Amino acid sequence: MLSRTAENLYWLARYVERAEYLARTIDATLRVTALPAAYIGKTNEWDSALLTAGVAASFYQKYEEANEHNVVDYLSFSVDNPSSIRNCIEAARLNSRSVRTALTSEMWDTINSAWIELQEVWSKGTSTREDLAKFLRFVQETSLRFDGSAYRTMLRNDAYWFSRLGLHLERADNTARILDVKYHVLLPEEEHVGGPLDFYQWSSILRSVSALTAYHWVYRETLKPWLVADLLILNGTLPRSLASCYDNLVRNLDQIGVAYGRQGPAQRHARGIRNRLEHSNMNDIFQHGVHEFIQEFITDNSRLGEIITKQYLI
Amino acid sequence: MAVAFDEMNIPGGDLRPAYQELARWLKETPPEALEYRRQEAELLFRRIGITFAVYGEAESTERLIPFDVIPRIMSGKEWTLLEKGLKQRVRALNMFLRDIYHGRDILRAEIVPDDLIFQNPVFRPEMNGQQVPHDVYVHIAGIDIVRVDAEDFIVLEDNARTPSGVSYMLENREIMMRLFPDLFARHRVAPVERYPDELLSALRSVAPLSASSEPTVALLTPGVYNSAYYEHSFLADKLGIELVEGRDLIVKNNEVFMRTTEGLKRVDVIYRRVDDDFLDPLTFRPDSVLGVPGLMSAYAAGNITLANAVGTGIADDKAIYSYMPDIVKFYLGEEPILKNVPTWRCREPKDLAYVLDNLSELVVKEVHGSGGYGMLIGPAATKATIEAFREKLKREPEGFIAQPTLALSTCPTCTASGLAPRHVDLRPFVLTGSKSTTIVPGGLTRVALKEGSLVVNSSQGGGTKDTWILDE
Repeated sequence: MLSRTAENLYWLARYVERAEYLARTIDATLRVTALPAAYIGKTNEWDSALLTAGVAASFYQKYEEANEHNVVDYLSFSVDNPSSIRNCIEAARLNSRSVRTALTSEMWDTINSAWIELQEVWSKGTSTREDLAKFLRFVQETSLRFDGSAYRTMLRNDAYWFSRLGLHLERADNTARILDVKYHVLLPEEEHVGGPLDFYQWSSILRSVSALTAYHWVYRETLKPWLVADLLILNGTLPRSLASCYDNLVRNLDQIGVAYGRQGPAQRHARGIRNRLEHSNMNDIFQHGVHEFIQEFITDNSRLGEIITKQYLI
Repeated sequence: MAVAFDEMNIPGGDLRPAYQELARWLKETPPEALEYRRQEAELLFRRIGITFAVYGEAESTERLIPFDVIPRIMSGKEWTLLEKGLKQRVRALNMFLRDIYHGRDILRAEIVPDDLIFQNPVFRPEMNGQQVPHDVYVHIAGIDIVRVDAEDFIVLEDNARTPSGVSYMLENREIMMRLFPDLFARHRVAPVERYPDELLSALRSVAPLSASSEPTVALLTPGVYNSAYYEHSFLADKLGIELVEGRDLIVKNNEVFMRTTEGLKRVDVIYRRVDDDFLDPLTFRPDSVLGVPGLMSAYAAGNITLANAVGTGIADDKAIYSYMPDIVKFYLGEEPILKNVPTWRCREPKDLAYVLDNLSELVVKEVHGSGGYGMLIGPAATKATIEAFREKLKREPEGFIAQPTLALSTCPTCTASGLAPRHVDLRPFVLTGSKSTTIVPGGLTRVALKEGSLVVNSSQGGGTKDTWILDE
């Protein structure tokens, strides 16, 4: 297929995934900040939300301080923030238009209808909490519908595989970022372990990657920080864990490699990361330092993005 | 202006035969039901994303072309005549182009004046003596047809460069079949859906000799901001070919390749929807970022077919238009089946004098204009507009032609105050491959939605209708 088409499909999936992740992050932050102050401690949750979205630097060029009002606006509707939900949706639609021939009509319809629907939100904004909640739900549903349409209607060929690459690379990045910002509350040697404060922090992390219920199914335990970390990093059954993202990345890259009759640096690099995750356990990771481990992962992950781009997309 | 010929109603109360069933159906259908389906149609168009861009409008860069749900109907007999006329016309256009860029018999015979060719900016000296694969220049032609009475079809304009609108012909039919199955059940409407298939086989049939037996065809678009982008992506999808932009293509050793995820892949036929000027920055406009450097040398080497060929603008130029009846006779030795609108060439002093004396009666068009821009419709214009135009005309008479204001035929159309007659034209699409010329029965009917208006262009408030050819 055309390199440009593959590139558009890859980015289209990334934008949709990012929009969903932002919506989840805002949703989870709203929940935590709605708790009485005694439960959430002194950390500014809105500041964390900016950090997990990776836009803190540009935000503070515009605003003095992070609060619900300006962070929700910046992450959802701001035209100046290149990764706001609004810009993600706009970019997704533009990408879809450029690759309409490679999309199924169901996928196009999902993006185009959402885009039409959201034009009104862009112009009017969300004046009440209820409006905001509705908007955040709509964004998540759009992502689910898009993903579902792709899964159910796309031919299983390179177009599908490249869109999956975008999805899983973005997903891995998002999960890693949230771990990176919150790693300190996961450290077992911290004080107040098991206190009410941490409980809400942990449940908030899980909620933002839609894994709260999954946690209970997997561990049948109360929330424990190292298990939360284990779930998000190493558990291959959780779709948003780093391990699971890399299982998928390796599989999709292999399928491309087989179809094209040749492997390359992208396949090797992805396999390297997957193997490292496979052979790690939480003890080693805590020994090595969660922060360092995550930092390294984020660098490796974006390196994979560059390699894929060089090998296939330009 | 005389009362226009209505394609449904005969003065005195009778109906033309092709419309009888529709009239019965309209009588049985309550206006609310019609209105409901009209809204449904609009919703469908927006959701499918059948939009176009209007240049020069900052806000609302994507608009819908209004769709009128009342079909325009023609009998099979009418179509047979029209089809014959169209094939004749396009054959002549191709022969004319072949001649202009080779032997120039028609100039020697003094049928068409030399300077109209050689001083024309759309004449491409690069094409002199160049062999185009299978001698086909105009693979896809859109011939704009109007009627003023029940007998004749008149050509308003030949479009031999990159005619657009065929996606509307196809989508209008899809939507009509979805919304009005009952109406289709009561008619035998000739299908249009094989157009993409015929287009693909026409394009494959003209592949260059150096192509493999399974030639690769691609559609070249200026990109997502082009007004007809929807159509480009729609056609690429229906044909199952890659939709490429200039930056996706590269020329190596006079062969054209596209950049794919598996490396470079040779392209043999380009259905290009990019104008000549922008095709190759090394040959034409150096500032073009839409084109492919070196494309013209691959073309000259015979390794790529461009559809339509470069330089076809010289055949659909409005100044050449008035010579078309003579061109048909010269190459085919036949009487033209389709009529021409009588045309005054302002470059000729006698004609100019007449035009200046009768501006308020005439339609004056720029020779190189299109899309309904820059023209004067005398009967509808204010005195001041006419005077301003008079000055323009005197300054540069060779830039204009003039025609009588035609009472274009009308068809019943939904309006705010119920069904009312509105003026229409028709653009059928004529495909020419190496072996044959084919036309899908139908075309794009454009309708001027404003009462009394004669301008059907979508950029100026025109709408579209589904066009039915009855299979009798």
